[in-house]
Amino acid sequence: MSNNKILTSYSATILFLLLTGSLMAQDGESILKKIDGNLSSRNRIFESSMTIHGRRTSRTISSKSWSEGNKKSYTEYLSPASEAGTKMLKLEGQLWIYTPSADRTIQISGHLLRLSVMGSDLSYEDMMDDRKLTDVYDSKIIEKDTLQGRNVLILELTAKVSDAAYFRQKIWVDNERYVPLRQEMYAKSGQMLKKMEMKDITKIQGRWFPMTMIYKDQLKEGKGTEFRITSIKFDQQIPEHIFTKASLR
Amino acid sequence: MKKFLLKGIFNDTGRSLLPIIVVATGTMVTVLLYSWITGIMGESIEMSSNMNTGELKVMTRLYAEDSDQLPNDLAILNAEALVAELEEMEPSVEWVKRIRFGALADFPDSLGETRGQGPVAGWAIDMFTAGTNEPQRFNLESSVIQGSLPKSPGECLLSEDMAKKFGILPGDSFTLFGTTMEGGFSFRNFIVSGTVRFGAAGLDRGAVIIDISDAQSAFGMEGAAGEILGYLPDTWYNDDIAQPVKEAFNKKHSGETDGFAPVMLTLKDQAGMADMVEYTNYISGLMVFIFVAAMSIVLWNGGLLGGLRRYTEFGVRLALGEDKGHIYKTLLYEAFMIGTIGSILGTIIGVLIVLYLNVHGVDLSGMMKNSTLLLPSIFRPAITSTIYYIGFIPGIFSMILGNGIAGLGIYKRETARLFNELEV
Repeated sequence: MSNNKILTSYSATILFLLLTGSLMAQDGESILKKIDGNLSSRNRIFESSMTIHGRRTSRTISSKSWSEGNKKSYTEYLSPASEAGTKMLKLEGQLWIYTPSADRTIQISGHLLRLSVMGSDLSYEDMMDDRKLTDVYDSKIIEKDTLQGRNVLILELTAKVSDAAYFRQKIWVDNERYVPLRQEMYAKSGQMLKKMEMKDITKIQGRWFPMTMIYKDQLKEGKGTEFRITSIKFDQQIPEHIFTKASLR
Repeated sequence: MKKFLLKGIFNDTGRSLLPIIVVATGTMVTVLLYSWITGIMGESIEMSSNMNTGELKVMTRLYAEDSDQLPNDLAILNAEALVAELEEMEPSVEWVKRIRFGALADFPDSLGETRGQGPVAGWAIDMFTAGTNEPQRFNLESSVIQGSLPKSPGECLLSEDMAKKFGILPGDSFTLFGTTMEGGFSFRNFIVSGTVRFGAAGLDRGAVIIDISDAQSAFGMEGAAGEILGYLPDTWYNDDIAQPVKEAFNKKHSGETDGFAPVMLTLKDQAGMADMVEYTNYISGLMVFIFVAAMSIVLWNGGLLGGLRRYTEFGVRLALGEDKGHIYKTLLYEAFMIGTIGSILGTIIGVLIVLYLNVHGVDLSGMMKNSTLLLPSIFRPAITSTIYYIGFIPGIFSMILGNGIAGLGIYKRETARLFNELEV
C-alpha cells in the first residue's frame, strides 16, 4: 500500500470517528427528547398501587392522581383504610398534605421534601420533580447493551440546573421504544442514591409507557418499592378546581 | 516525741507554713476536681440512663442494630407479654415500656394552615398509670416552666425553647406528623399542657413528651413498644447486678434465630456509656496519681529547701549523737503531721467550695448551644463520701514522699566533717 493510500485511509478513519462522535453527542439529546415525548404529557390521570417491601411486612397503598405538566398534581389515597382520604397537592414546587385523622392541611417544604413518602423508597422530591429530562440534564451516550431482552443505549445524564434532585443519572434506554428500562441516580459525590427498574412497557395513546417501576433507595434497608400503574389516561380535561387547596378537604 | 514534733511545727512556722499551704492547695484542688468530674459524669450517666439507656434495655435484635435511628418498624410487638416475662424473671427490677420517635411538629394558624414547623425528638412514657415512676425519672415536675403535667391522653409537654420560638402557650394545639410502625403517615393533634426545660441543650431545642398510649395509637403501635427499660433497685448503676440479669435473659432467648427476637443490653453496652462508667470509676485513681506526682515534686523541692535551712540543726543533732535513722524517722513523722494538717485544711476548703457549687451549679448552657449530646447545661460537682478522704491520699503521701527523698541527704552527712561544717 502506497503512502498516499495509507494517508487517505487514516484521514477517512479520523473523519469517520469525528463524525460518529458528533452524531453520538447529538443522539444523546435527541434520545432524551424522544424519552420526554413518551413520558411527558400535557396532563394525565392515573390510578396506581404502591407496594412497599419493609423489613417486617409488605403493604400496598392505592391512589388516584391527576397531574398537569410538571407544576400541578393532586393525589388521593384510596386504601388501606388507615391511609384512605389522605390527599396531597403540589402547586409550583409547594406541597400540602391533608389528613382526615387530624383534619389538618400540612405544608411540606425544604429538606423535609427529601423524606420518604409513607415509608417507601420514593421521596416527596421524587414525586414532585416531573420536569422533562431535556430541561434538567445534558446527556451523552456511553455504551450499548441489552437489558430485559431489548437493545439499549446507556446514557449518562449530568444536571445543567442547580435544583436537580440528582446531580448525575445513568439510564438504560430501549433503543426502539425510547423508554428507560433502568435508571441509576447519583449524588455529586458519586454515591448512588437510588435505582429504578421499569417494566411492563405498554403502548398507550400512541406512546410507550412503563406501567411498573421498582424503586430502591440505596441508603435504606428493605427490598424496595414497587409502583404499578393500574390505569392511565393522557391529555384529558381536568377541572381547574382539582388543583386548589379547597379540594384537599 | 509526737507532742515535741507538733510543737515544732506550730512554733517554727518557717519550717511548716509553706508545706502546709502546698499540701492544702493540692488537697483542695484534688477534692474539687474529683467532685467536679464525677459530678459531670454522674449526672450525664444518670440523665442518659433515665431518658435513653435505662440500666437494662430490651429491644429486638434488628432494632438494637440501628437503635440510634429509632426504627420503630422493628419494635417489640407484644410488649406487655415481654414485660410480664421480665417481671417474673427479675421482680426487683422496674421494667417500663418506652417509644422514642422523631417527628415534625406542625403549628397551625387560625385557619388551620401551617404557620411554622420544626423537628422534634419524642419520648413516649407511662404518665398516667397509678404509681408510675416515669415522670419523676424525667424530673418533669420541676422541669415544667409554664402550665402543668399532662392530665389526660391527647396532652403533651413541649420544650420551652420550641414553644417560645413558635409562640405556643399551654392550651394551644399542634399536629405531630410522623411515620407509623408500618411506614404510613401519622398525624395526631396534641394539646400542650405545659412547657419544659431539662437543662440539656440537645433536648431543649425540640423535645416532646407524650403518654405511651397516645404514641401507640398515633404510630399504629398498639401493644408494641420500641424499647423496654429496666431500672435496678439501687440508685446508682451497678454493673455487677446488671450483667447477670442480661446474661440470663439473653441465654434464655439465644435459641431464637429471628431478627425480631428480644435482646438485652446493660447501660454499659450502649453507645459511649461504657467509657463514661469506666472513666468515672478510674477518675479518683487518676486524680490521686496526678496530684501525688505533681505535689511530690513541689514538696521534694520544699523538703530540700527545708533541709538546707535545717542543715545546721541536723548537724547539731548528729553531733549530739542522735542516730541518722532516728533523724530521718522524725523527719517522716513531721511530714506525716504536716501532710495531715494540710490535708484537713484543704479538704475543709474544698468541701465548702463543692457545697457552694453544688447548691448554685455552674451554668454552661452558653457553651453548649449546638450540643447534640445528652448533657446537662448546669453542672454541679458531686458530693460523695469519697470527697472527704480522697484529698488525704495525695496530701499525706506526697508530703512523705517529698520529704523522704529530700531527707536522704541526712545519710550523706559524715560525722568526721561535722565540726568543720559547723565551723566549731
